[in-house]
Formats: sequence, C-alpha cells, structure tokens
Amino acid sequence: MEGKLELIRREALSALELVDDEKSLENWQVKYLGRSSELMEIFKALGTLSKEEKPVVGRTANLVKVALETASGEKEILFNQRRINQDLEGEKIDVTLPGRRTISGSIHPTTQTLREIYRVFGDMGFQIYRSREVETDEYNFQLLNFPPHHPARDMQDTFFITSDKDRGDNPLLLRTHTSPGQIHAMLEHTRKYPEDPPPIRIILPGMCYRYEQITARSEIQFNQVEGLAVGKGITFGDLKGTLSNFARRMFGQEARTRFRASHFPFTEPSAEMDIGCFLCGGDGCSVCKGAGWLEILGCGMVHPTVLENGGFDPEVYSGFAFGMGSERITMTRHHIEDIRYFWANDLRFLDQF
Amino acid sequence: MKVPISWLKEYVEINLPIEELAYKLTLAGLEVEEIRYVGLPMLEEKQQATKISGFSWNPEEIVIGEIREVMPHPNADRLVLCRLDDGEQEHTVLTGAPNLFPYLEKGELDPPLKVAYAREGATIIDAYNETKDIMLTTLKRKKIRGVDSYSMACSERELGISEEHEGIILLDQDAPTGQALAEYMGDAVLDIAITPNIARAASILGVAREVAAITDEKLIPLTLETVTEGDPIKGRVSIEIKEPELNPRFVLGLIEDVEKKPSPYWVQRRLKLAGIRPIDCVVDATNYTMLEIGEPLHAFDYDVLLERAGGKPPSIITRRAKSGETLTTLDDIERKLHDFTVLVTDQSGPLSLAGVMGGADSEVGEKTRNVLLEGASWNYVNIRRTVSAQGLPSEAAYRFERGVHPAIASLGVQRCLEWMRKWTGGKVAQGLVDEYPLPPVDPKVKITPGDIQRWLGISLSAVEIGELLKKLDFEVIIKKDELVVNTPPHRLDIGQGMVGKADLVEEIARVYGYDQIPETNLADGLPLQVGNRALEMEDKIRDKLAGIGLQEIVTYRITSPEAELRVFPPDHNLPDQDYLEITNPISSDKTVMRRSLLASLLEVVEKNRRSRERIALFEIGLEFFPNGENKIPVDEKLKLAIALTGVRTHHSWQCADQDLMDFYDLKGLIEELLADLHIENVSYTTDTAPSYHPGKCARIEMDGKLLGFMGEIHPKVKENYKLAEAPLTVAILDMETLLNKVDDLFNVESIPDQPPVLEDLALVVDDDVPAQTVQSLILLAGGETLTEVSLFDVYRGEQLGEGKKSLAYSLVYQHPKKTLTDKEVAAIRESIVKRLEKELGAQLRSW
Repeated sequence: MEGKLELIRREALSALELVDDEKSLENWQVKYLGRSSELMEIFKALGTLSKEEKPVVGRTANLVKVALETASGEKEILFNQRRINQDLEGEKIDVTLPGRRTISGSIHPTTQTLREIYRVFGDMGFQIYRSREVETDEYNFQLLNFPPHHPARDMQDTFFITSDKDRGDNPLLLRTHTSPGQIHAMLEHTRKYPEDPPPIRIILPGMCYRYEQITARSEIQFNQVEGLAVGKGITFGDLKGTLSNFARRMFGQEARTRFRASHFPFTEPSAEMDIGCFLCGGDGCSVCKGAGWLEILGCGMVHPTVLENGGFDPEVYSGFAFGMGSERITMTRHHIEDIRYFWANDLRFLDQF
Repeated sequence: MKVPISWLKEYVEINLPIEELAYKLTLAGLEVEEIRYVGLPMLEEKQQATKISGFSWNPEEIVIGEIREVMPHPNADRLVLCRLDDGEQEHTVLTGAPNLFPYLEKGELDPPLKVAYAREGATIIDAYNETKDIMLTTLKRKKIRGVDSYSMACSERELGISEEHEGIILLDQDAPTGQALAEYMGDAVLDIAITPNIARAASILGVAREVAAITDEKLIPLTLETVTEGDPIKGRVSIEIKEPELNPRFVLGLIEDVEKKPSPYWVQRRLKLAGIRPIDCVVDATNYTMLEIGEPLHAFDYDVLLERAGGKPPSIITRRAKSGETLTTLDDIERKLHDFTVLVTDQSGPLSLAGVMGGADSEVGEKTRNVLLEGASWNYVNIRRTVSAQGLPSEAAYRFERGVHPAIASLGVQRCLEWMRKWTGGKVAQGLVDEYPLPPVDPKVKITPGDIQRWLGISLSAVEIGELLKKLDFEVIIKKDELVVNTPPHRLDIGQGMVGKADLVEEIARVYGYDQIPETNLADGLPLQVGNRALEMEDKIRDKLAGIGLQEIVTYRITSPEAELRVFPPDHNLPDQDYLEITNPISSDKTVMRRSLLASLLEVVEKNRRSRERIALFEIGLEFFPNGENKIPVDEKLKLAIALTGVRTHHSWQCADQDLMDFYDLKGLIEELLADLHIENVSYTTDTAPSYHPGKCARIEMDGKLLGFMGEIHPKVKENYKLAEAPLTVAILDMETLLNKVDDLFNVESIPDQPPVLEDLALVVDDDVPAQTVQSLILLAGGETLTEVSLFDVYRGEQLGEGKKSLAYSLVYQHPKKTLTDKEVAAIRESIVKRLEKELGAQLRSW
C-alpha cells in the first residue's frame, strides 16, 4: 500500500510538471485528487485495512494528499498571476479622456469673501452683528454725527423710501453703510449693561445701497463689512495693528499697509488704509491706476459724539471702527475689472469661483 | 482742488521733490490724486508712487523767443512769417496763428511779442492728435508752401497747459528772451481731493499752510499792498442783514474806472492750471482771489445798482427769499426761489442767490466801469439746500457749503481790489463797508498728554504737543500738564469740549504723522462670545446646497413692480401689490424694494438659459413688505429660493443620464437639505399658487407651520421668461421658520448589535391616495421596531385595474436589543397591512 502511495505521489508530481495551463491543471486535479482518483480510492478503502495498517497508511495517504494539494496550489497561484498579467496587457485606457465629474455648485464670490473676513476677525475675537437694511435718517446719519445737510452726506448719495407720513428730518432710507448697526449694537449693549459695560468687538456685514450710476466701478448695492471695537484704553495704535493684521491675512504676509488721514463724520481721527499694490509692488500699474497703492478700507477712532449716542462715556471709553466693501476686496484679490459682474449672476463668471 | 506748484511756492518754501511732497500731503489727509507736469522736469526714477501725467519742457529746446516782425507768407494767405529772436540768433518762423494777424505788416514791433519758442528738433505735444493720451512729436525741417520751416511758436495745447490751440501763447512783456521756458514758467499741478473737514484747504494759501505744517517750513505771510486812490466808500452804499444766523458778515469794497481787458498772461495761465477759464481782468480777479485765499467774491456793476436806487446810494439787504419770488441768474435762467434760499437784494428786489450765483441784471459786463465787490459769509446749510434745489453747483458754493470763516471776508475783498487795481488800472475807494453782526467764537479746547496717550497710544509731552499744534497756527498756552488751545481764525472744523479734543487729536496725529504711530494689538479682554447662530445656520445651508450641485447667486434687491408681475401668468388676475417705494429711483427698472425673490431668481434663469444645459441655483435674500404697524414700516423677510431646470447631469463622452430634472429632483434636494438640518415632521401637500403648474405644486409644512411652496413653474409664466420646454422647478422657503427649527444639538442613536430584518412590501391603493399618506401609515402601524420605510417602485397597469396604483416599499425591522424572529416580523407586517386595508382600502400585492 505504501509503495502504491509513493508511486501515486511520484506519478502525480511528475505529471504536474507537464501541466502548463489552468484547464490541464483542472484535469490533473480530477485525475489525482478527484473523487475517483487512486488516492481517494485508498482513503475509501482504509476501512478494510487492519487495525495496525490503518493508521500508518492513513497518515502516509494524508501526507501524499497534502503534498499534491500544495504542489497544485502553487501552480494555481502561478497560473493566476500569469492570467492577471495577460489581462493587464489588454486593459489599457486613454488617461487623457476627461474624467467623470460630479455636479457641484459653488458659493457666490461675495459670500466667499465675506466668510474670509469673518474668519480673520473671528480669530481676533470679533462677533458678527447684523441689522436691518431699511433705516431711518436718524440711525443712518444723525446719530453717526452727520447732522441734516452736513457736507459729508455728499459722499453717500442716498436712496430714500417714500413714506405715508411726513417724517420731517427723519426720512426712511436704504442704509448707505452698515454703520447704523454700530448704534443699534452699542445701545443694546449699554442698555443691557448700564453699569460699566464690557468691551464690544463686532463686525457688521450686510447689503448697503447708494444712489449712483451703475458702471464698471460703481454699483447701487454692495456688501459692506464694518468693524467696531469699544473698550477702555483702545488706541489708534490698536486700530493700525488690528487692520494691518487683517491685511496680511487677506492679502498675504508680505502685504504692506499705510494709513493716511481722511474724514468720516463718525470717526476722529479718521484714516484710509491702503495696501501696497501686490501686482506691481508699488511701481504703478493698471490695477492701482498708477498709484502703487490700493484703497482697502476707511477707519478711525470712534467719534466721542457717536460713543455718547451709543451710551458710552467718551471720557472713559474709546474705540475704533472701520468699513470696507467686500466686492472691492474680491475685485482686488481676483483682478476683476467690472463690479457689475457680481449681481449679473452670469454663470460663466460664478463658475470660476 | 488743482494747485500749481509755482503758486504754492509764493506762500511756502518747498525743499523736497514734488512726488515726496505729494506723498506727505496724501498721508496728512490731502490726497493728491494726480501730479500733472506742465513744463517742470519729471523725476527719472519714480519715488513715492502717485499717478503722474503731463509733459516736461526741455530747457535747451523750448525757450522764450521774441517776434520782431510779422510778414506775409509769399504763397499762402492763411500763414504768416515771423522774424523771431531766440536769444541766440534770428529765425524765420512760419505760423497760422490768428492772434498774430493783427501784427501783420506793422513793421518792426516795439515792444516785440514774447512767445514760447520750440527750436528745431524740439519735442512738443502733437496738437492735431485727438486721442485722450498725450502724443508727442518732434519738430523736423520741411518746406511748407515753398518756405523752410523747422521750428515754431507754440500754442498752450502744444505745451500741455490747456486745450487752447486757437492761437499761440503771447507771454507777458517781462519774459526774458532766451531763457528756458521751463525755468520761466514750468509748473506742476497737484490735484488734491478735499474732504469736508479740510475745506479750509480749498485755496492755495490753505494748502500752503498744511504744507508748512507737515514739511516743517514757515508759511510766507500774505502781504497786502493797499493803495486807495478813490473817494471813501462810506456813504455810497449801505448794508442791512436781516438774519445774522444766515449771514454773519457782509463786506463791500468799491473800485472805479476799471478797464475791462484780458488779465496778464501769468494770471490766465494759473487760472487755467487751476481749472478756471479766464474771462477778463475783473472776473479773473475775483476767481484768482478765491483760489488764492479761499474767500468767494462777487462783483456787482455799481452803476446798475445806483440806477436801480434812483441815483441814491444803494442799500444792500440780505434776507430769505419770499414765497413766489424769482430771480434770473447770470446763466439767464429764471429761478423760482425757496424760503431757505438767502438773497442779496436791494430796494427793488433780488440781486443774487447769496453765495451761489449772481443775478443777470447786476452782473459786471462789457460796459462796467465801477465795481462793487462783495465778500461775505453764509450759513452752509442754506447754501447746500439752494445748490441742491436749484441744481446749481459753483466754485463759490463749493466753498460756502463747506464753511468759510467770516474773518477772511474783508481780507478777500481787499486782496481782490488790489488785483483789480493792478490789472485794470482802476481806483480803489478808501475803506470798506463791513457789517459783522455775528463773529464766530473760535473754540478754546483743553487737552492733556494723557488724552493723546489714551487715543493714539503714544506718549508726548505737553511741550511736544504744543509744538505740533503751533505748526498749524493754533495758539497754545501750557499750564502744568494741560494745554489750552485757541483755534486760529481761519478754520471752522474744531468743535468744543470733548469733540474739540477729538478734533485736536486728529490734528496732532496728522502733523506727528500717522505712519509714525506704532502698531499695537488690542490689549482689551475678549468681548462676550455670543456668535451669530442665524448666520451660522444660513452658511450651513449654503454649504449643503453648493455641495449638492447648486450655484449660489446674489441679485438686486431693488426692482420694479412690472418686473415682479412677470411671475404671474398673463391671464391671471394681476394682484395690486403694495410696495416699499424709492423716492428717488435711479432708473425706471429700479423703483421699489422687491417682494419676490422668485422674480429675481427667474430673471437669472432667463439670463443664463442659452449658455447652460443645466441650471441649478439658489439665493438666500431679503424680501421687503410694507407694514404700517411697525415703527419702521417694513418687514424684511429672509427667504431661500431654489431653481432647477435642464438635464440632470451634464452631457459627456460617456453619455450619462440625459433626462430632464423635474419636481422630484427638487423635492429630493429639499428632503436632503432638511434631513441634513435634522428637521423632522415635514409634510408636502398638493396645493396651488398662481406661479405654479396647477397639478405640480406642493405646500411644505413643518409641524403644521407653513415653510413655503415648491413646484413646477406654470408654462405661461415660463413663457414670460422665454424659457424652453424643460420643466423649471422652484421652491421658496421662509428662512426664519426654517432656522427656528434647525436642531444642531440632535441626538445620535447607538448602532444596534443585532442584524435587521429586511423585506419588501407592495400595496395596491387608489391612484389619488398620496404616497406620503401610505408611508406615514406604514410607519405608524409598524411601531418602533419598523425603523425604515422607503418607496422603491410605483406601478400602474391593466392588471391592477383602472384608478389603482401599486406602491412598493422596502422595510427595515430592527429591534435594539434582540434578533427578531420570523414570527415577530410577520405579526408586525400583518398589523401594517390590516391598518392600511382599513384606512385606505389597500390591498397587499406581494411581500
């Protein structure tokens, strides 16, 4: 019996050497390991053997079976690899064909810029405060130190809203800036904390309106982001530091800023912040109109009258405020030449963001 | 304000390059928008960038020449030949300048005519080039009608002084022949933007004062050379001011026997560089003085006034206009006057709109010999109201509406009389008639180094602060650690008390230099961290919608009622909607605040319909509704609008799904959005609304509260927007309702250990039974163990019978603790089927 097993092993292994495709491997498996193979016949016949022979033959038969299975298994792996290799050769694709795109939308560029502004000021502790768009002359101008007929009103041509009643010197209007929110925010705050109010640090985003001709450079509606910080011991130096930090976050760490004196009725001293033109580095180009500097925002120390109108004692509290147009910032960052693109909503423009 | 450097230098020494001066002025709040070179050499290397334009005159090539004789051209009537000396030699210069023809064939001219002479090879501006930019040309030798020409006498346009090209420049007699023209009258003009607080600098003297302060130079004081040869003015005119509040001061001077002729060339040139057209020496003197010191002046024909007064001394009265009163201004327009307009009048009626424009009757004209000169100060509010009511801006009004200190009225009159005497040869009457009922109180402000520290964050001593203020002519008295500061009598922008202190802080910062103040970080504690939940949720919605393929848009919130009516079918009974109206609309298509975000959205779909096969948009924006109940009579409602139309996926080489999007694409999108916001209990019920397809419109409710509408746009409305066949679906949701329901602290359920049991269930119901009813009932009947129900097939067919449909659902049964047995599942299924049978007459089709 054992001799026969050895014979089967040798025959099978030498037959396996000749096997060189999957089909003949299958035949080989049937012949040497299949149900009616000689080896299996021996297993089946184990029962007829004597008690002494049975374990010995059984063990040998098992060893042969394992040897044959191992050997055929190796062949199988070999053939499998060979087949994959053959398949791979036929599976070449044109990698230059366009990819299958998922459909995705995008956020309007103005919203994207607003969010970046929120993030930068958010990091510096500023909270976001929003207020209404239809305002009164009182909040939009008077409480911000623009008395009726003040010449600075020329800088903010206003859309007025028709009212049923005669409102005298306090007509309804579309806010020309988000500054009325400064008054709302300060009054809410100082009414809530009449004794020793904690500091305010907010930004005020939102749509504003000006009576202007719509051209490549001017729009009747625009998003403004204002900022307001009120506390004890806030200085013009803090204003410069905060806004220069903002400029570096927004326009790159290399951004240079300059502050030049300007005029806004609700701040004193007032300033404009420019950044060095990042396209020409200050030599003058079409983007900065030869000036080398780009006007980014207006700012200043909150005027004592405005602090007082907001319920703060200007002898104790000080603060700064600033305001910028977010479309202008988007235009600067992306070299957009026509402000009318923003509300035209041509998908060929919006798709690029 | 256009400031020629040559003029500025009369009042302050300038020892730095023009570009650097411009930069310093800009930092100090006098923004130099442009430097225009008119002759002076430009720097090779740009220093501090400012917009620079203009043209420099080469000192070798462009010089002062003198024309000694004007002779006819042998072959051309319209040309003449000039014998010209350029200081080195004589040339024959050919020109067609009309202003030389009066000198033709007059022999040797004595004195000769002084001109701007461009030598052979000189570069000048090409006066015949009509483009906006300066085009240069070089003079070359050529023959013109048989005569050699190689050089020329220049016009103003050829040298970049003005657009004038009708004749050549005739310089004043004192121009030294042979001198480089750039040296004689080369200039550069600073164009300075004047902010309202710096109105005092709307004059050469005013700018000089700022230049002196910021460049540490001394102001060269204006010296009056009063020569009065005429009889005293006293008794020859009187002034009565009815309301000193409106007219704090009124000054009159008189000059007799003036000869109206052109002003000297240097005056004309300066006026032109400053942007004012020269007229004659009388008018020019008023303008020149206004530009020089900032006091607007008005010249009356004294003889006209005498005549109106019947030969007696005229009485000038200033007062408000009466209702119905009119005045013909010198632009020959008859103006109806308002009661806020202040007038200068005499006994017989109005003479001028005070501070704005003179009247036609009393203006100085060709025949004027005697000039009564007014210098006054006016309340800026009335000036502004008059300018805006009459649509009449003027150089005078520009200054008065920003505030002119009354103290300079008399200086203005005296200075102007002096110029008139010099340029017209008249005799100035002795003295002035000066009514000054309301001199302003120049504020006295107290300030300390502590204030400077607190506002600017820099520490300066009282002495240092005093030095800075003195540079701007403030009078400063230092008492220990406090400065008492007197405002100089030429500025009106300094307030009293705390406000005055702030005003001074700005002046100190400007002179100290904004750029010298160090940057610091906020040292204050953090403010209350309250966040802005509404905005955060809005942004979450934006991100979600953009993430699932929608483009955010932002549209105009100002529209017209006509534009909004387009959202209704034309045969619909058009509603009479109440709008928030704009009193002063910019155009007829932007007259009201929108009520309909839908209209805005559809306009954007319309605009993009040709460029895109798939349009998927959303906007979060305000709608405005009048509401008389509110203190501010308007409701601002934030809405979310979504529009979908076109193919579901873009056409590509793999030819994907080219089906058109419909109601259910939009619904799926809304379901996904609401699920993302963890909003439950949403129901969709069939409804109608005018803009929607009558059979494809749903009302969306949340906990029984209206959230909005969605559906396919009515085909007739689509036609209004010229939209094609493809269904256009839109949804308009109320953001406030939505945001109130967002649950950002939602609970997460544990993942069950036991496997779920999955099975499908098909039911036949009447066709008009809404799917949502069936699904809700299944969930209700299935109890807690039935965790998911989703519809995967809707079928209608003959075998079901007329008016029936089959709805197939896949169900997930899941017990949190144990594995469900077949028996348990069967029991649940049975109760579901029974319940549906009972309530909806449903038949089990398969499971």
